[in-house]
Amino acid sequence: MSDPHPPYLYPPYRSTPLRAPSQPLVVPKYGPDAIELSSPVFGHAELGLLDNDLTKQHAGEPLGERIVVTGRVLDSGGRPVPNTLVEIWQTNAAGRYIHLRDQHPAPLDPNFTGAGRCLTDADGRYRFVTIKPGAYPWRNHHNAWRPAHIHISVFGTALSQRLVTQMYFPGDPLFAYDPIFGSIPGEKARERLVARFDMDTTVPEWALAYQWDIVLGATPVED
Amino acid sequence: MTQPTPAQPMPAQPTPSQTVGPFFGYALPYADGSRVVPEWHPDAIRIHGRVLDAEGEPLPDALVEIWQTGPDGQVAASYGAFSRDGHDFTGFGRCATDAAGHYWFSTVKPGGAAPHIAVIVFARGLLRSLATRIYFPGEPGNAADPVLSDVPADRRDTLVAVREGDRSYGFDVHLQGEQETVFFGV
Ligand SMILES: [Fe+3]
Repeated sequence: MSDPHPPYLYPPYRSTPLRAPSQPLVVPKYGPDAIELSSPVFGHAELGLLDNDLTKQHAGEPLGERIVVTGRVLDSGGRPVPNTLVEIWQTNAAGRYIHLRDQHPAPLDPNFTGAGRCLTDADGRYRFVTIKPGAYPWRNHHNAWRPAHIHISVFGTALSQRLVTQMYFPGDPLFAYDPIFGSIPGEKARERLVARFDMDTTVPEWALAYQWDIVLGATPVED
Repeated sequence: MTQPTPAQPMPAQPTPSQTVGPFFGYALPYADGSRVVPEWHPDAIRIHGRVLDAEGEPLPDALVEIWQTGPDGQVAASYGAFSRDGHDFTGFGRCATDAAGHYWFSTVKPGGAAPHIAVIVFARGLLRSLATRIYFPGEPGNAADPVLSDVPADRRDTLVAVREGDRSYGFDVHLQGEQETVFFGV
């Protein structure tokens, strides 16, 4: 299986040249050990009941297009990964992060923080209710804009499966101009970060829906 | 591409990685993320350092995670890494670097012949995460450790923390440059 991940060094994304390691990764002959073959355990009791509903974390309703984002976390064999932690963060509908260093002159939404988390169920399924995020400008190059995306962090069953990535929305006209999306080698692999509009999961009179499965790397085995 | 739950699992292509970006700060860090054990724990040690780029400039937008065994060498199986109760050892820590590129953890020394802590680094500018290990100085077991001995001899020091006195260890992560830290692949 070829490496689906972007390279560390990808000069069109200007933050990479000084941060990408220049030495090749060391692959230990004897493989990972017990600690790297396991992953931290998170329990339901640690998560708030509304952690997976980003529209209910404040007194009022956030502005924007309400969406349900759901899918499964799978291992490379296609088997569901249950009880694993999924964390997300995103801009509000106007393309603004609540983060202090986000200087994009778009409005903040007092009813939207843009952070959520949940544990996958027995079938490896996660589900978030949120607002469709907006595109936003960044300073990578002249007139650079990020396509709308949701940042996502997943643990899996082994440390080597730890994944942080971004989910995109179908048909975004900014894909062709974005060096972060474009850093992924191959169109097929890039498509795997684009969610599918999912009529079956929409909620009438209330929310549209997107479906997106996350496939983690192979579960390593101890030699 | 995606389908309803299939009866038979089908091999699937892995989801590509993307950078954590600069704006994870209100989402991923959490209260007591640095405290794998509280500082008042009788066996608490402090591990801290900076994450630095090729020019030695600190990264104010990196996230460091650690995962380790307890002093008994066993992998923790109890949850509570988010809601620290101060007693159960969960083995997991998460710390965002501050404006000076600095991270810290309060933890205990792991068990085993060559005690080590697994580390994952995320940052703006890293399109995928980096995995490394923190070993401890002066451990007789280090010489025979299969992973440490696999690393070119002149780079092994980048994986060994520096003792700074009683119960405090320094460990800088150099993403690139003369002292580039050894990073592992699988
Ligand atoms: Fe973003």
